[in-house]
Amino acid sequence: MTISRRQFVTGAALGVGGIAVGAAGATAVAASQSAEPVAGAQVEPFYGAHQSGVATPAQAYAVFAAYDLRPGVTREDAARMMRLLSDDAARLTQGRPALGDTEPELAAAASRLTVTFGFGPAFFDRLGLADQRPPWLRQLPGFEIDALEDRWSGGDLLIQVCADDPITVSHAQRMLWKDARAFVSARWRQDGFLNARGSAEPGTTPRNLLGQVDGTVNPRSPEDFDALVWSDGPPSWFAGGTMLAVRRIRMDLDRWDRVDRPDREQTIGRTLDTGAPLTGTGEFDEPDLQALGPNGFPVISDFAHIRRARPSGVLGPQFLRRGYNYDLGEDTMGVTDAGHIFTAYAADLETQFVPVQQALSDIDLLNQWTKPIGSAVFALPPGAPEGGWVGQVLLA
Amino acid sequence: MSRTHVFRRVMLTGAALTLAAAGLAACGGSSDGALAVNDSWTKATDGPMTGSFGTVVNGTAADITVTGASSPVAGIVELHETTMVDGEMVMQPKPGGFVIPAGGSLALEPGGNHVMLMGLTGAIAPGQDVPITLTLSNGDTLTYTTVAKDFAGGNESYEPTPSMSPSMG
Repeated sequence: MTISRRQFVTGAALGVGGIAVGAAGATAVAASQSAEPVAGAQVEPFYGAHQSGVATPAQAYAVFAAYDLRPGVTREDAARMMRLLSDDAARLTQGRPALGDTEPELAAAASRLTVTFGFGPAFFDRLGLADQRPPWLRQLPGFEIDALEDRWSGGDLLIQVCADDPITVSHAQRMLWKDARAFVSARWRQDGFLNARGSAEPGTTPRNLLGQVDGTVNPRSPEDFDALVWSDGPPSWFAGGTMLAVRRIRMDLDRWDRVDRPDREQTIGRTLDTGAPLTGTGEFDEPDLQALGPNGFPVISDFAHIRRARPSGVLGPQFLRRGYNYDLGEDTMGVTDAGHIFTAYAADLETQFVPVQQALSDIDLLNQWTKPIGSAVFALPPGAPEGGWVGQVLLA
Repeated sequence: MSRTHVFRRVMLTGAALTLAAAGLAACGGSSDGALAVNDSWTKATDGPMTGSFGTVVNGTAADITVTGASSPVAGIVELHETTMVDGEMVMQPKPGGFVIPAGGSLALEPGGNHVMLMGLTGAIAPGQDVPITLTLSNGDTLTYTTVAKDFAGGNESYEPTPSMSPSMG
Protein backbone atom coordinates (compact mmCIF):
# COMPACT_ATOMS: atom_id res chain seq x y z
CA MET A 1 0.00 0.00 0.00
CA THR A 2 1.35 3.38 -0.95
CA ILE A 3 0.24 6.95 -0.88
CA SER A 4 0.41 8.88 -4.09
CA ARG A 5 2.40 12.07 -4.28
CA ARG A 6 -0.64 14.13 -5.11
CA GLN A 7 -2.56 12.75 -2.17
CA PHE A 8 0.38 13.39 0.08
CA VAL A 9 0.37 17.00 -1.07
CA THR A 10 -3.37 17.18 -0.41
CA GLY A 11 -2.87 15.76 3.05
CA ALA A 12 -0.21 18.33 3.80
CA ALA A 13 -2.49 21.07 2.54
CA LEU A 14 -5.22 19.90 4.88
CA GLY A 15 -2.78 20.09 7.73
CA VAL A 16 -2.00 23.65 6.85
CA GLY A 17 -5.72 24.40 6.69
CA GLY A 18 -6.08 23.08 10.22
CA ILE A 19 -3.45 25.43 11.51
CA ALA A 20 -5.08 28.33 9.72
CA VAL A 21 -8.18 27.88 11.87
CA GLY A 22 -6.12 29.49 14.59
CA ALA A 23 -8.05 28.14 17.58
CA ALA A 24 -6.01 26.98 20.54
CA GLY A 25 -6.64 23.32 19.87
CA ALA A 26 -6.22 23.47 16.13
CA THR A 27 -2.49 22.85 16.13
CA ALA A 28 -2.87 19.47 17.74
CA VAL A 29 -5.56 18.49 15.24
CA ALA A 30 -3.41 19.63 12.36
CA ALA A 31 -0.44 17.70 13.69
CA SER A 32 -2.39 14.47 13.83
CA GLN A 33 -3.73 15.04 10.32
CA SER A 34 -0.34 15.55 8.82
CA ALA A 35 1.17 12.62 10.75
CA GLU A 36 -1.50 10.20 9.63
CA PRO A 37 -3.12 10.90 6.25
CA VAL A 38 -6.82 10.17 5.93
CA ALA A 39 -7.72 6.62 4.99
CA GLY A 40 -9.00 7.85 1.63
CA ALA A 41 -5.41 8.66 0.65
CA GLN A 42 -4.36 5.02 0.71
CA VAL A 43 -3.92 3.49 -2.72
CA GLU A 44 -3.36 0.01 -4.10
CA PRO A 45 -1.36 -0.50 -7.29
CA PHE A 46 -3.12 -1.10 -10.59
CA TYR A 47 -0.17 -2.29 -12.65
CA GLY A 48 1.70 -5.44 -11.74
CA ALA A 49 2.22 -9.13 -12.47
CA HIS A 50 -1.20 -9.96 -11.01
CA GLN A 51 -4.39 -7.95 -10.96
CA SER A 52 -5.08 -6.24 -7.66
CA GLY A 53 -8.24 -7.12 -5.77
CA VAL A 54 -7.31 -10.78 -5.23
CA ALA A 55 -4.32 -10.87 -2.88
CA THR A 56 -5.25 -7.37 -1.72
CA PRO A 57 -6.55 -7.44 1.88
CA ALA A 58 -10.31 -7.29 1.46
CA GLN A 59 -11.72 -3.78 1.40
CA ALA A 60 -14.94 -2.91 3.19
CA TYR A 61 -17.18 -2.66 0.11
CA ALA A 62 -17.41 -4.49 -3.18
CA VAL A 63 -19.45 -4.52 -6.34
CA PHE A 64 -19.33 -7.55 -8.58
CA ALA A 65 -20.89 -6.63 -11.92
CA ALA A 66 -21.30 -8.98 -14.88
CA TYR A 67 -21.92 -7.92 -18.44
CA ASP A 68 -22.65 -9.57 -21.77
CA LEU A 69 -20.91 -8.63 -25.00
CA ARG A 70 -23.30 -6.89 -27.37
CA PRO A 71 -24.06 -8.75 -30.60
CA GLY A 72 -21.44 -8.10 -33.24
CA VAL A 73 -18.69 -7.00 -30.87
CA THR A 74 -15.36 -8.13 -32.29
CA ARG A 75 -12.01 -8.93 -30.78
CA GLU A 76 -10.80 -5.48 -31.88
CA ASP A 77 -13.78 -3.87 -30.16
CA ALA A 78 -13.10 -5.83 -26.98
CA ALA A 79 -9.49 -4.69 -27.10
CA ARG A 80 -10.59 -1.06 -27.34
CA MET A 81 -12.96 -1.61 -24.42
CA MET A 82 -10.31 -3.18 -22.21
CA ARG A 83 -7.87 -0.39 -23.03
CA LEU A 84 -10.47 2.19 -21.98
CA LEU A 85 -11.41 0.32 -18.83
CA SER A 86 -7.81 -0.29 -17.83
CA ASP A 87 -7.01 3.39 -18.24
CA ASP A 88 -9.99 4.32 -16.08
CA ALA A 89 -8.89 1.84 -13.43
CA ALA A 90 -5.25 2.96 -13.55
CA ARG A 91 -6.31 6.52 -12.80
CA LEU A 92 -9.16 5.93 -10.36
CA THR A 93 -7.18 3.49 -8.20
CA GLN A 94 -4.54 6.19 -7.72
CA GLY A 95 -7.11 8.79 -6.66
CA ARG A 96 -7.20 10.60 -9.99
CA PRO A 97 -10.28 11.19 -12.15
CA ALA A 98 -10.78 9.15 -15.29
CA LEU A 99 -10.57 10.91 -18.65
CA GLY A 100 -13.89 12.65 -19.20
CA ASP A 101 -14.84 12.07 -15.57
CA THR A 102 -17.90 14.23 -14.96
CA GLU A 103 -17.52 13.99 -11.17
CA PRO A 104 -13.74 14.25 -10.74
CA GLU A 105 -14.06 15.21 -7.07
CA LEU A 106 -15.54 11.78 -6.32
CA ALA A 107 -12.29 10.20 -7.49
CA ALA A 108 -10.10 12.00 -4.96
CA ALA A 109 -10.41 9.45 -2.15
CA ALA A 110 -9.04 6.21 -3.59
CA SER A 111 -9.63 4.40 -0.29
CA ARG A 112 -7.63 1.36 -1.49
CA LEU A 113 -9.77 1.07 -4.61
CA THR A 114 -9.07 -1.96 -6.77
CA VAL A 115 -10.64 -2.81 -10.12
CA THR A 116 -10.38 -6.42 -11.29
CA PHE A 117 -11.49 -7.76 -14.68
CA GLY A 118 -12.55 -11.25 -15.68
CA PHE A 119 -13.73 -13.00 -18.86
CA GLY A 120 -16.56 -15.54 -18.80
CA PRO A 121 -16.61 -18.75 -20.88
CA ALA A 122 -18.66 -17.32 -23.77
CA PHE A 123 -16.40 -14.27 -24.05
CA PHE A 124 -13.90 -16.45 -25.89
CA ASP A 125 -16.41 -18.03 -28.26
CA ARG A 126 -18.04 -14.76 -29.18
CA LEU A 127 -14.71 -13.15 -30.05
CA GLY A 128 -13.41 -16.07 -32.10
CA LEU A 129 -10.96 -17.01 -29.38
CA ALA A 130 -12.29 -20.44 -28.47
CA ASP A 131 -8.82 -21.92 -28.94
CA GLN A 132 -7.50 -19.54 -26.30
CA ARG A 133 -10.13 -20.37 -23.71
CA PRO A 134 -8.70 -22.18 -20.71
CA PRO A 135 -10.11 -25.71 -21.18
CA TRP A 136 -11.49 -25.86 -17.66
CA LEU A 137 -13.27 -22.51 -17.93
CA ARG A 138 -16.94 -23.44 -17.98
CA GLN A 139 -19.92 -22.93 -15.78
CA LEU A 140 -19.75 -25.09 -12.68
CA PRO A 141 -21.63 -28.38 -12.69
CA GLY A 142 -25.08 -28.21 -11.14
CA PHE A 143 -25.09 -29.20 -7.50
CA GLU A 144 -28.08 -30.75 -5.80
CA ILE A 145 -28.42 -27.85 -3.40
CA ASP A 146 -28.39 -25.25 -6.18
CA ALA A 147 -31.45 -23.14 -6.90
CA LEU A 148 -29.75 -20.94 -9.45
CA GLU A 149 -31.48 -17.94 -10.92
CA ASP A 150 -30.48 -16.45 -14.27
CA ARG A 151 -30.48 -12.97 -12.80
CA TRP A 152 -27.46 -13.85 -10.65
CA SER A 153 -25.68 -16.20 -13.02
CA GLY A 154 -23.34 -16.24 -16.00
CA GLY A 155 -21.85 -13.31 -17.86
CA ASP A 156 -19.12 -12.55 -20.38
CA LEU A 157 -17.27 -9.78 -18.55
CA LEU A 158 -16.82 -9.32 -14.82
CA ILE A 159 -15.80 -6.04 -13.25
CA GLN A 160 -15.02 -6.35 -9.55
CA VAL A 161 -14.71 -3.00 -7.78
CA CYS A 162 -13.58 -2.92 -4.14
CA ALA A 163 -12.74 -0.02 -1.82
CA ASP A 164 -13.04 1.04 1.78
CA ASP A 165 -15.42 3.87 0.84
CA PRO A 166 -18.81 3.18 -0.75
CA ILE A 167 -18.80 6.49 -2.62
CA THR A 168 -15.50 5.54 -4.22
CA VAL A 169 -16.96 2.19 -5.25
CA SER A 170 -20.09 3.81 -6.68
CA HIS A 171 -18.19 6.40 -8.66
CA ALA A 172 -15.63 3.96 -10.05
CA GLN A 173 -18.25 1.38 -10.99
CA ARG A 174 -20.35 3.92 -12.86
CA MET A 175 -17.35 5.43 -14.62
CA LEU A 176 -16.35 1.97 -15.80
CA TRP A 177 -19.90 1.24 -16.95
CA LYS A 178 -19.99 4.44 -18.98
CA ASP A 179 -16.90 3.31 -20.87
CA ALA A 180 -18.12 -0.29 -21.18
CA ARG A 181 -21.71 0.30 -22.28
CA ALA A 182 -20.89 0.75 -25.97
CA PHE A 183 -19.59 -2.82 -25.95
CA VAL A 184 -21.61 -4.69 -23.31
CA SER A 185 -25.04 -4.82 -21.74
CA ALA A 186 -25.63 -5.18 -18.02
CA ARG A 187 -26.40 -8.70 -16.78
CA TRP A 188 -26.21 -8.73 -12.99
CA ARG A 189 -24.70 -6.75 -10.18
CA GLN A 190 -24.06 -7.82 -6.60
CA ASP A 191 -23.18 -5.30 -3.91
CA GLY A 192 -21.40 -6.56 -0.82
CA PHE A 193 -19.96 -5.35 2.44
CA LEU A 194 -17.67 -6.38 5.26
CA ASN A 195 -16.74 -4.51 8.42
CA ALA A 196 -16.18 -0.82 7.95
CA ARG A 197 -12.55 0.17 7.77
CA GLY A 198 -11.13 0.73 11.24
CA SER A 199 -13.82 -1.15 13.16
CA ALA A 200 -11.53 -4.15 13.68
CA GLU A 201 -7.80 -4.77 13.67
CA PRO A 202 -6.46 -5.19 10.13
CA GLY A 203 -6.30 -8.87 9.24
CA THR A 204 -9.26 -9.85 11.39
CA THR A 205 -11.18 -12.66 9.71
CA PRO A 206 -14.60 -11.28 8.76
CA ARG A 207 -17.95 -12.68 9.85
CA ASN A 208 -20.88 -13.65 7.68
CA LEU A 209 -24.46 -12.72 8.51
CA LEU A 210 -24.98 -16.04 10.30
CA GLY A 211 -22.55 -14.61 12.82
CA GLN A 212 -19.79 -17.04 11.94
CA VAL A 213 -16.14 -16.22 11.52
CA ASP A 214 -15.83 -16.92 7.79
CA GLY A 215 -12.50 -17.18 5.99
CA THR A 216 -10.14 -18.66 8.57
CA VAL A 217 -8.63 -21.23 6.23
CA ASN A 218 -7.24 -19.10 3.44
CA PRO A 219 -3.96 -18.61 1.59
CA ARG A 220 -2.06 -15.72 3.15
CA SER A 221 1.59 -15.88 2.15
CA PRO A 222 2.92 -15.15 -1.35
CA GLU A 223 3.95 -18.82 -1.49
CA ASP A 224 0.36 -19.87 -0.78
CA PHE A 225 -0.86 -17.61 -3.57
CA ASP A 226 1.68 -18.96 -6.03
CA ALA A 227 0.72 -22.52 -5.17
CA LEU A 228 -3.06 -22.14 -5.09
CA VAL A 229 -4.24 -18.97 -6.77
CA TRP A 230 -1.98 -17.81 -9.60
CA SER A 231 -1.98 -19.94 -12.74
CA ASP A 232 1.10 -20.81 -14.77
CA GLY A 233 -1.11 -21.52 -17.79
CA PRO A 234 -1.90 -23.09 -20.16
CA PRO A 235 -2.96 -21.21 -22.15
CA SER A 236 0.21 -19.18 -22.03
CA TRP A 237 -1.57 -15.80 -21.95
CA PHE A 238 -3.19 -16.88 -18.67
CA ALA A 239 0.08 -17.18 -16.72
CA GLY A 240 -0.23 -14.91 -13.69
CA GLY A 241 -4.02 -14.95 -13.89
CA THR A 242 -6.54 -16.79 -11.78
CA MET A 243 -10.01 -18.22 -11.99
CA LEU A 244 -12.97 -16.91 -10.06
CA ALA A 245 -16.27 -18.48 -9.10
CA VAL A 246 -18.86 -16.00 -7.79
CA ARG A 247 -21.75 -17.74 -6.06
CA ARG A 248 -24.63 -15.91 -4.45
CA ILE A 249 -25.58 -17.82 -1.31
CA ARG A 250 -28.91 -16.83 0.13
CA MET A 251 -29.08 -17.32 3.88
CA ASP A 252 -32.37 -18.09 5.55
CA LEU A 253 -31.79 -15.85 8.54
CA ASP A 254 -35.41 -16.18 9.65
CA ARG A 255 -35.06 -19.95 10.13
CA TRP A 256 -31.52 -19.57 11.48
CA ASP A 257 -33.09 -17.48 14.25
CA ARG A 258 -34.67 -20.65 15.60
CA VAL A 259 -31.35 -22.42 16.03
CA ASP A 260 -29.82 -22.21 19.49
CA ARG A 261 -26.18 -21.43 20.00
CA PRO A 262 -24.89 -24.99 20.69
CA ASP A 263 -26.53 -26.26 17.51
CA ARG A 264 -25.14 -23.33 15.55
CA GLU A 265 -21.65 -24.27 16.70
CA GLN A 266 -22.21 -27.96 15.84
CA THR A 267 -23.35 -26.96 12.38
CA ILE A 268 -20.10 -25.29 11.52
CA GLY A 269 -17.74 -27.16 13.86
CA ARG A 270 -16.40 -23.94 15.32
CA THR A 271 -17.26 -21.78 18.29
CA LEU A 272 -19.10 -18.60 17.49
CA ASP A 273 -17.13 -16.28 19.76
CA THR A 274 -13.58 -16.87 18.51
CA GLY A 275 -14.11 -19.12 15.53
CA ALA A 276 -11.88 -21.77 17.14
CA PRO A 277 -12.59 -25.35 16.10
CA LEU A 278 -14.64 -27.22 18.70
CA THR A 279 -11.48 -29.19 19.46
CA GLY A 280 -9.30 -26.11 19.98
CA THR A 281 -9.04 -22.77 21.68
CA GLY A 282 -7.80 -20.39 18.98
CA GLU A 283 -9.23 -19.49 15.59
CA PHE A 284 -6.24 -20.84 13.70
CA ASP A 285 -5.91 -24.09 15.67
CA GLU A 286 -6.03 -27.08 13.36
CA PRO A 287 -9.29 -28.97 13.95
CA ASP A 288 -8.89 -32.50 15.34
CA LEU A 289 -11.33 -34.41 13.18
CA GLN A 290 -10.58 -37.68 15.07
CA ALA A 291 -11.39 -36.37 18.54
CA LEU A 292 -14.28 -38.13 20.26
CA GLY A 293 -16.55 -36.72 22.92
CA PRO A 294 -17.55 -38.38 26.21
CA ASN A 295 -20.27 -40.45 24.48
CA GLY A 296 -17.94 -41.70 21.78
CA PHE A 297 -19.25 -39.40 19.08
CA PRO A 298 -16.93 -37.10 17.12
CA VAL A 299 -16.52 -33.69 18.73
CA ILE A 300 -16.73 -32.21 15.23
CA SER A 301 -19.83 -33.81 13.75
CA ASP A 302 -19.71 -35.94 10.62
CA PHE A 303 -21.96 -33.35 9.03
CA ALA A 304 -20.18 -30.22 10.26
CA HIS A 305 -19.23 -27.69 7.62
CA ILE A 306 -15.51 -27.65 8.38
CA ARG A 307 -15.30 -31.45 8.08
CA ARG A 308 -17.26 -31.59 4.84
CA ALA A 309 -15.17 -28.75 3.39
CA ARG A 310 -12.11 -31.06 3.55
CA PRO A 311 -13.22 -33.85 1.26
CA SER A 312 -9.73 -35.11 0.60
CA GLY A 313 -8.76 -34.96 4.24
CA VAL A 314 -6.05 -32.53 3.20
CA LEU A 315 -5.48 -29.79 5.72
CA GLY A 316 -4.98 -26.18 4.78
CA PRO A 317 -6.58 -23.97 2.17
CA GLN A 318 -7.56 -25.20 -1.29
CA PHE A 319 -8.39 -21.79 -2.80
CA LEU A 320 -8.86 -18.16 -1.77
CA ARG A 321 -12.15 -17.06 -0.31
CA ARG A 322 -12.71 -13.30 -0.43
CA GLY A 323 -16.47 -13.08 -0.01
CA TYR A 324 -18.79 -10.25 0.95
CA ASN A 325 -22.12 -10.10 2.73
CA TYR A 326 -25.28 -8.79 1.16
CA ASP A 327 -28.50 -7.60 2.75
CA LEU A 328 -31.45 -6.40 0.71
CA GLY A 329 -33.69 -6.32 3.79
CA GLU A 330 -37.09 -7.89 4.30
CA ASP A 331 -39.43 -8.29 1.37
CA THR A 332 -43.14 -7.46 1.38
CA MET A 333 -43.82 -10.91 2.85
CA GLY A 334 -41.51 -10.13 5.74
CA VAL A 335 -38.83 -12.56 4.57
CA THR A 336 -35.24 -11.44 4.94
CA ASP A 337 -33.27 -11.39 1.68
CA ALA A 338 -29.68 -11.58 2.80
CA GLY A 339 -26.68 -13.78 2.38
CA HIS A 340 -23.16 -14.07 1.16
CA ILE A 341 -21.43 -13.34 -2.13
CA PHE A 342 -19.13 -16.34 -2.01
CA THR A 343 -15.99 -16.09 -4.08
CA ALA A 344 -13.38 -18.75 -4.80
CA TYR A 345 -10.16 -17.74 -6.55
CA ALA A 346 -8.07 -20.66 -7.74
CA ALA A 347 -5.56 -21.52 -10.42
CA ASP A 348 -7.89 -24.38 -11.39
CA LEU A 349 -11.43 -24.38 -10.01
CA GLU A 350 -12.17 -27.84 -11.35
CA THR A 351 -9.58 -29.60 -9.24
CA GLN A 352 -9.41 -27.20 -6.30
CA PHE A 353 -12.97 -25.97 -5.79
CA VAL A 354 -15.44 -28.36 -7.38
CA PRO A 355 -14.59 -31.34 -5.09
CA VAL A 356 -15.13 -29.15 -2.03
CA GLN A 357 -18.42 -27.81 -3.34
CA GLN A 358 -19.53 -31.32 -4.27
CA ALA A 359 -18.83 -32.61 -0.77
CA LEU A 360 -20.66 -29.68 0.78
CA SER A 361 -23.61 -30.21 -1.52
CA ASP A 362 -23.84 -33.87 -0.60
CA ILE A 363 -23.89 -33.50 3.17
CA ASP A 364 -23.45 -30.28 5.10
CA LEU A 365 -25.59 -29.21 8.01
CA LEU A 366 -25.25 -25.64 6.83
CA ASN A 367 -27.26 -26.47 3.69
CA GLN A 368 -30.43 -26.25 5.74
CA TRP A 369 -30.00 -22.50 5.97
CA THR A 370 -28.01 -21.65 2.87
CA LYS A 371 -29.02 -21.89 -0.78
CA PRO A 372 -26.89 -21.04 -3.83
CA ILE A 373 -29.02 -18.83 -6.06
CA GLY A 374 -26.34 -17.54 -8.41
CA SER A 375 -23.20 -18.92 -10.03
CA ALA A 376 -20.71 -17.54 -12.51
CA VAL A 377 -17.11 -18.26 -13.43
CA PHE A 378 -14.50 -16.02 -14.97
CA ALA A 379 -10.88 -16.18 -16.04
CA LEU A 380 -9.07 -13.21 -14.53
CA PRO A 381 -6.17 -12.31 -16.83
CA PRO A 382 -2.76 -11.48 -15.38
CA GLY A 383 -2.07 -7.91 -14.39
CA ALA A 384 -1.03 -5.29 -16.90
CA PRO A 385 2.50 -3.90 -17.03
CA GLU A 386 2.91 -0.16 -16.61
CA GLY A 387 1.22 1.53 -19.56
CA GLY A 388 -0.40 -1.70 -20.76
CA TRP A 389 -3.96 -2.93 -20.29
CA VAL A 390 -5.62 -5.96 -18.79
CA GLY A 391 -6.35 -8.58 -21.43
CA GLN A 392 -3.72 -7.26 -23.83
CA VAL A 393 -1.95 -10.63 -23.81
CA LEU A 394 -5.14 -12.21 -25.13
CA LEU A 395 -6.77 -9.56 -27.28
CA ALA A 396 -3.99 -7.48 -28.83
CA MET B 1 -0.11 36.80 -8.20
CA SER B 2 3.48 36.97 -7.11
CA ARG B 3 6.30 35.21 -8.91
CA THR B 4 6.67 32.78 -6.05
CA HIS B 5 3.07 31.76 -6.31
CA VAL B 6 3.31 31.14 -10.00
CA PHE B 7 6.38 29.01 -9.51
CA ARG B 8 4.70 26.87 -6.89
CA ARG B 9 1.62 26.34 -8.99
CA VAL B 10 3.72 25.19 -11.90
CA MET B 11 5.70 22.82 -9.73
CA LEU B 12 2.57 21.20 -8.35
CA THR B 13 1.06 20.89 -11.81
CA GLY B 14 4.24 19.28 -13.03
CA ALA B 15 4.13 16.64 -10.30
CA ALA B 16 0.54 15.79 -11.10
CA LEU B 17 1.26 15.56 -14.80
CA THR B 18 4.19 13.24 -14.26
CA LEU B 19 1.87 10.86 -12.50
CA ALA B 20 -0.73 11.26 -15.21
CA ALA B 21 1.74 10.57 -17.98
CA ALA B 22 2.74 7.33 -16.30
CA GLY B 23 -0.83 6.12 -16.41
CA LEU B 24 -1.85 5.89 -20.03
CA ALA B 25 -0.42 4.48 -23.20
CA ALA B 26 -2.94 6.50 -25.20
CA CYS B 27 -1.68 9.67 -23.61
CA GLY B 28 -0.32 12.11 -26.16
CA GLY B 29 3.20 13.31 -25.62
CA SER B 30 4.94 13.68 -22.30
CA SER B 31 5.52 16.47 -19.85
CA ASP B 32 9.25 16.58 -20.57
CA GLY B 33 9.22 18.25 -23.97
CA ALA B 34 8.69 21.82 -24.99
CA LEU B 35 4.99 21.38 -25.63
CA ALA B 36 2.81 18.39 -24.90
CA VAL B 37 -0.84 17.49 -24.63
CA ASN B 38 -1.62 15.25 -21.68
CA ASP B 39 -4.75 13.36 -20.67
CA SER B 40 -6.22 13.94 -24.10
CA TRP B 41 -9.49 12.44 -25.27
CA THR B 42 -12.15 13.02 -27.89
CA LYS B 43 -15.87 12.58 -27.57
CA ALA B 44 -17.03 9.52 -29.54
CA THR B 45 -19.84 10.32 -31.96
CA ASP B 46 -21.90 9.13 -34.92
CA GLY B 47 -22.56 12.74 -35.89
CA PRO B 48 -20.77 15.24 -38.10
CA MET B 49 -18.74 17.00 -35.41
CA THR B 50 -17.20 16.55 -32.00
CA GLY B 51 -14.85 18.05 -29.44
CA SER B 52 -11.42 17.05 -28.23
CA PHE B 53 -9.97 17.78 -24.83
CA GLY B 54 -6.86 17.51 -22.69
CA THR B 55 -4.22 19.64 -21.00
CA VAL B 56 -1.71 21.50 -23.15
CA VAL B 57 1.54 21.91 -21.23
CA ASN B 58 4.24 24.39 -22.13
CA GLY B 59 7.57 23.34 -20.65
CA THR B 60 9.48 26.26 -22.17
CA ALA B 61 10.35 29.67 -20.80
CA ALA B 62 8.34 31.49 -23.48
CA ASP B 63 4.63 31.69 -24.22
CA ILE B 64 3.52 29.46 -27.07
CA THR B 65 0.57 30.26 -29.31
CA VAL B 66 -1.38 27.49 -30.98
CA THR B 67 -2.87 28.97 -34.13
CA GLY B 68 -4.54 26.02 -35.80
CA ALA B 69 -5.24 22.30 -35.77
CA SER B 70 -5.96 19.46 -38.15
CA SER B 71 -6.91 15.81 -38.01
CA PRO B 72 -7.16 13.06 -40.61
CA VAL B 73 -10.67 12.27 -39.31
CA ALA B 74 -12.09 15.76 -39.83
CA GLY B 75 -12.48 18.16 -42.75
CA ILE B 76 -12.22 21.23 -40.55
CA VAL B 77 -10.62 21.60 -37.13
CA GLU B 78 -10.95 24.81 -35.13
CA LEU B 79 -9.74 26.08 -31.78
CA HIS B 80 -12.83 27.05 -29.85
CA GLU B 81 -13.50 29.00 -26.70
CA THR B 82 -16.61 29.19 -24.58
CA THR B 83 -17.42 32.76 -23.76
CA MET B 84 -20.24 35.03 -22.68
CA VAL B 85 -21.75 37.05 -25.53
CA ASP B 86 -24.79 39.26 -24.82
CA GLY B 87 -25.55 37.28 -21.69
CA GLU B 88 -25.36 33.90 -23.41
CA MET B 89 -22.62 31.27 -23.27
CA VAL B 90 -21.48 30.63 -26.80
CA MET B 91 -18.73 28.60 -28.37
CA GLN B 92 -16.76 30.18 -31.16
CA PRO B 93 -13.31 30.18 -32.75
CA LYS B 94 -10.84 31.70 -30.32
CA PRO B 95 -9.42 34.90 -31.78
CA GLY B 96 -5.65 34.60 -32.01
CA GLY B 97 -5.69 30.92 -31.03
CA PHE B 98 -4.70 29.36 -27.71
CA VAL B 99 -1.86 30.98 -25.76
CA ILE B 100 -0.07 28.52 -23.51
CA PRO B 101 1.84 30.53 -20.91
CA ALA B 102 5.53 29.87 -20.37
CA GLY B 103 5.92 27.05 -17.89
CA GLY B 104 2.16 26.77 -17.66
CA SER B 105 -0.72 24.87 -19.14
CA LEU B 106 -4.10 25.32 -20.75
CA ALA B 107 -7.02 23.04 -19.98
CA LEU B 108 -9.18 21.96 -22.88
CA GLU B 109 -12.47 20.72 -21.46
CA PRO B 110 -16.18 20.39 -22.17
CA GLY B 111 -17.77 23.75 -21.54
CA GLY B 112 -14.43 25.53 -21.95
CA ASN B 113 -11.66 25.81 -24.49
CA HIS B 114 -11.56 22.82 -26.80
CA VAL B 115 -10.48 21.54 -30.20
CA MET B 116 -13.52 21.37 -32.47
CA LEU B 117 -13.59 18.69 -35.17
CA MET B 118 -16.10 19.25 -37.97
CA GLY B 119 -16.88 17.44 -41.19
CA LEU B 120 -15.95 14.09 -39.71
CA THR B 121 -15.01 11.46 -42.26
CA GLY B 122 -16.84 8.77 -40.28
CA ALA B 123 -18.13 7.74 -36.91
CA ILE B 124 -15.67 7.95 -34.04
CA ALA B 125 -16.07 4.83 -31.90
CA PRO B 126 -15.26 4.58 -28.19
CA GLY B 127 -11.68 3.50 -27.69
CA GLN B 128 -10.65 4.63 -31.18
CA ASP B 129 -7.44 6.61 -31.62
CA VAL B 130 -7.99 10.12 -32.95
CA PRO B 131 -4.78 11.88 -34.03
CA ILE B 132 -4.66 15.66 -33.85
CA THR B 133 -1.97 18.03 -35.09
CA LEU B 134 -1.58 21.47 -33.57
CA THR B 135 0.09 24.24 -35.54
CA LEU B 136 2.06 26.84 -33.62
CA SER B 137 2.59 30.50 -34.47
CA ASN B 138 6.20 29.79 -35.45
CA GLY B 139 5.10 27.13 -37.92
CA ASP B 140 6.04 24.15 -35.76
CA THR B 141 3.52 21.36 -35.36
CA LEU B 142 2.73 18.90 -32.58
CA THR B 143 0.90 15.68 -33.35
CA TYR B 144 -0.66 13.70 -30.54
CA THR B 145 -3.11 10.84 -30.25
CA THR B 146 -6.33 11.11 -28.30
CA VAL B 147 -8.59 8.27 -27.27
CA ALA B 148 -12.31 8.47 -28.03
CA LYS B 149 -14.71 8.17 -25.11
CA ASP B 150 -18.45 7.73 -24.74
CA PHE B 151 -19.41 11.07 -23.18
CA ALA B 152 -22.88 12.56 -22.75
CA GLY B 153 -21.92 16.19 -22.11
CA GLY B 154 -20.23 18.83 -24.19
CA ASN B 155 -23.22 19.09 -26.51
CA GLU B 156 -24.01 22.79 -26.37
CA SER B 157 -22.31 23.79 -29.56
CA TYR B 158 -22.32 20.49 -31.38
CA GLU B 159 -26.06 20.17 -31.74
CA PRO B 160 -27.23 23.72 -32.39
CA THR B 161 -30.88 24.44 -31.73
CA PRO B 162 -32.93 27.13 -33.49
CA SER B 163 -32.66 29.39 -30.46
CA MET B 164 -28.87 29.32 -30.56
CA SER B 165 -26.71 31.85 -32.29
CA PRO B 166 -25.78 30.95 -35.89
CA SER B 167 -22.18 31.71 -35.03
CA MET B 168 -22.08 28.75 -32.67
CA GLY B 169 -20.72 25.36 -33.40
